[in-house]
Amino acid sequence: MAELAHVLKLVRDGARLMVGVQSYEAYLTHMRAHHPDREPMTEVEFFENRMKAQYGEAGKGGFRCC
Amino acid sequence: MFVLDMDWRAGEKGRAMLRKHGIWILVAALGAVALGVVALSRGEQINALWMLTAAVCTYLVAYRYYSRFVAEDVALLSGNRVTPAVAQNDGLDYVPTNKYVLFGHHFAAIAGAGPLVGPVLAAQLGYLPSILWIIIGAVVGGCVQDFIILVMSTRRGGRSLGEMIREEFGQVAGVTAQIGTFAIMIIILAVLALIVVKALAHSPWGTFTVAATVPIAILMGLYTRFIQPARIAEVSIGGFVLMMLATVGGQYVAASPTLAPWFTLTEVQVCWVLIIYGIVASTLPVWLLLAPRGYLSTFMKIGVIVLLAIGLVLARPMLEMPATTKFIDGTGPVWTGPVFPFLFITIACGAVSGFHALISSGTTPKQIADERDARLIGYGAMLMESFVAVMALISACVLNPSIYFTMNSPGAVVGTTAESAATAVTKMGFPADAQEIKHTADQIGEASIISRAGGAPTLAVGMAHIFSRVIGEHLMAFWYHFAILFEALFILTAVDSGTRSGRFMLQDLIGGAIPAFRRTSALIPNLVATTLCVAAWGFFLYQGATDPLGGVNTLWPLFALSNQMLAGIALTFATVALIKTRRARFAWVTGLPAVWLLICTMTAGLMKIFSPDPALGFVAQARAYSAAIAEGRFMGPAKTVDQMRQIVQNGWVDAALCAFFVVMTLVVVLIGVKTALAALKDADATARLDPSYVPSI
Repeated sequence: MAELAHVLKLVRDGARLMVGVQSYEAYLTHMRAHHPDREPMTEVEFFENRMKAQYGEAGKGGFRCC
Repeated sequence: MFVLDMDWRAGEKGRAMLRKHGIWILVAALGAVALGVVALSRGEQINALWMLTAAVCTYLVAYRYYSRFVAEDVALLSGNRVTPAVAQNDGLDYVPTNKYVLFGHHFAAIAGAGPLVGPVLAAQLGYLPSILWIIIGAVVGGCVQDFIILVMSTRRGGRSLGEMIREEFGQVAGVTAQIGTFAIMIIILAVLALIVVKALAHSPWGTFTVAATVPIAILMGLYTRFIQPARIAEVSIGGFVLMMLATVGGQYVAASPTLAPWFTLTEVQVCWVLIIYGIVASTLPVWLLLAPRGYLSTFMKIGVIVLLAIGLVLARPMLEMPATTKFIDGTGPVWTGPVFPFLFITIACGAVSGFHALISSGTTPKQIADERDARLIGYGAMLMESFVAVMALISACVLNPSIYFTMNSPGAVVGTTAESAATAVTKMGFPADAQEIKHTADQIGEASIISRAGGAPTLAVGMAHIFSRVIGEHLMAFWYHFAILFEALFILTAVDSGTRSGRFMLQDLIGGAIPAFRRTSALIPNLVATTLCVAAWGFFLYQGATDPLGGVNTLWPLFALSNQMLAGIALTFATVALIKTRRARFAWVTGLPAVWLLICTMTAGLMKIFSPDPALGFVAQARAYSAAIAEGRFMGPAKTVDQMRQIVQNGWVDAALCAFFVVMTLVVVLIGVKTALAALKDADATARLDPSYVPSI
């Protein structure tokens, strides 16, 4: 069962990353470990941050291949 | 690897070797048999599964042995080298990610319309030349490029190809490559949009279905924004259900005398709709249209690829197209030019794609947890892309060749009626029947299938053919429009997100002179840059949509040429970087495909400009029509003097563009060669930022 749950998590993470949304849990883990003093973004804020990054103002990202 | 086997007992050693390589010997043997059947059968039809088997076995063996050689001996991948995702982990852009998850991300980013369209167009030569180049080009060219560029970018902090070229080759080469990339992107957007134009013109069912995706995506955007944020799965499933309803509903729209005229558009009308759409979509907030439509197109793309693979295995169709057609002499109706170099240009993304080098140096290298994952992600994802190209080729080749040529020949050749098309295609040597042409159009629920160039309609008919063999003929029209929707959806996503990227690139370029232009949130610079960008691709789109010669047969070679040139540049860069890091003895790994691509693209580029044959050379074409205008005679397929003037103008514009691509590539490659020669002489030369440099032992 644990393995099945792991595979399902991979599929979910994979599908979300395909549309440019990284793992929120990984972000939380990182923030707790390295920046415990800072308030992490909520899941919704994180989601919007990722969407902006993908169709970025920097002119990068967003472009899919031909 | 045999040397490492320390066992001294010969029998034990042999058994160990067999355990290690036995299964691979079987895979290789199966692949060789399948390839033999594909290559050697003459005059009799073969099953598409042979082609699939030959491809998959080659991929497996290439992945097991060649990619391992590239990973271990050439790139010296090591788990000890810290990747940017680990070193600069910020939980956002730089995140160490599971390799299978990242594989999915990378594949979704590289897979697009290219590997679907190229093989369909190349099928006019028969299936054999195309299948060979798709397989060989991928395992020794495309996969190596994607993989090596991914590794090099990972080792340079996730830098882009343009930045890496600037660092290694200097400012001139860097800026040239960046301007070239922008020009290539404009051509890509134009040719992709043209494929949609060709697929939707005079098709109320298709137009309605694709148009419906805009309100559906906006609904999804509003739902995600105001009702249930961040729930990608549920909003995507909801959107997909609505889209299927729109696909089914399209047939009632097409049958309705009041609604059908609204959605029956000419090519020029679809062209203008796309241009206006491009401006609006790329300036709207991304959450409203772009992001939700991105979900639909991405998931549908992956879903349809899986579905097509399953469908092919279940349907096991026969290949109706012969192994080679007489058009290998270069006189084909779909596009003009001899097998060398034009086969290697036309197939494009399914074998090698320069644009992948941009993706491989984009977001993927910033998320690699362990360098060794790059083998699966870079090499593996491109194998998958090549597999998609094989499936597209099969879809075109399971159709009766008479249908294939009816759909893909320009109107000037096949006329507008089933009778004229049947006569013309029979004359090509493929016995065609007007009844069958009409019947096929009826089956897929379209008014006509004559001269539906651009690859998408042919692929859609092929896919509908395959799916209906599994599920039943009565659903063929649904499958056809489903396939059109699938292609149009992700092409439109590429068009609007590409326009956004192009807009930022332009704002950055103009911002060099007028700093206020860099403010991406300001309305005026935003609108000006967007309009300029859309005007650039819109110009070529309009040129293609109104081209009396067909459009696709001009624009696709230009796109494919520039894309392969970019691959030549990326592989040249990789070769120079290998030489600079004291691995010149492996320079052939990227050097040979680079040289081959440069030979093909330079030959093709010069032929497109200077060939004295007006059907092939742009200058000859412009001159021939100019002469005809001066003498006051008409020259087909143009019907008016205005059309003839248009062909003259197109000829000069396309020749100039082609010359620009040739010069741009030459500049970057020559600077690269100079850099490599200097590095060979200089004992201390190292690629500036490659920490993998190990002093020679």
